[in-house]
Amino acid sequence: MKFIYIAAALALCLTGCSSVKAKPETKAEQSRKPAPDFALKDADGKQVKLSDYRGKVVLLNFWATWCGPCKIEIPWFTDFEQKYKSQNFAVLGVSMDEDGWDSVKPFLSQNKINYRVVIGTEQIAQLYGEVDSLPTSFLIDRAGRVAAVHVGLVSKSDYINDIQDLLKAPVPPSGGILVEPAAFRAK
Amino acid sequence: MSLPLFAQSNNVLTIAPPEPVKAKAGAPVQLKVALSLREGYHCNSNKPSDEYLIPLKLTWAAGPLEAPEVVYPAPQMEKYSFSDKPLSVYTGNFELVTKFKVAASATPGQAMVSGKLRYQSCTDRMCLPPKTLDVTVPVDIIK
Repeated sequence: MKFIYIAAALALCLTGCSSVKAKPETKAEQSRKPAPDFALKDADGKQVKLSDYRGKVVLLNFWATWCGPCKIEIPWFTDFEQKYKSQNFAVLGVSMDEDGWDSVKPFLSQNKINYRVVIGTEQIAQLYGEVDSLPTSFLIDRAGRVAAVHVGLVSKSDYINDIQDLLKAPVPPSGGILVEPAAFRAK
Repeated sequence: MSLPLFAQSNNVLTIAPPEPVKAKAGAPVQLKVALSLREGYHCNSNKPSDEYLIPLKLTWAAGPLEAPEVVYPAPQMEKYSFSDKPLSVYTGNFELVTKFKVAASATPGQAMVSGKLRYQSCTDRMCLPPKTLDVTVPVDIIK
């Protein structure tokens, strides 16, 4: 009988807990490391530098067209781009497809992706250190520092919590500070 | 040119050391490659469900055995949390069979047949980059 009460209490707690807003998983400011800068070309051949995004919160998503779990996240990221763009937020996709634009361009048009996508390189994947599997996403704060890393498929609410937390920070007057890759690697 | 974008370090698919095969000059011969995928992982079959998915593919280099015909096992149709429809995959232990012809003029003696196995694996939450493994089978050609 006692077991039934405990089980019922646990069930009630779990039901209730599911509606409680989870805490963001962003790191404390003092433990954030600068995101390595890079320059890559987008589908239109225009150069995209991470440092162009200074002052913005950036969701940097490493993905590939062959990655099933990545495809779940893409509509979320499209929503985020639309919803938070006015608050100085941007999604930047880094495709790790070996054949580059041959696969990615048709995929972009089929999936109506509204954020910028570049083709990644082995060097960029190494610079970010934790890109052994896809999807891997880095949330970069307004100061150009890595505030959170999500490896594998996580829930949409995890991203929302992190993004909303990072958007609370004021835009730095001089924009964000991004450093050269070497500085990031010297841990 | 296609370059690997990730370090090829994650080995979730293992190839059992192949048994040496006796092959008679002028006759057909079969080579079996036994594969084992780590629990919780799947790889796409040789005919994936989606045009963007990377198929499992075994190819053989030219050698004393000719006209390879690879026979892939029947795939499993599995449903994953990230896909609306079941995917054509392999999981666990499975075997690839290759049917060769041995040239009548093949020189008797020991030879090695080498190939490449390309695959791409995932769990239900993440994917590993495509990987290519070397496959080598010792063959004893007899008259």
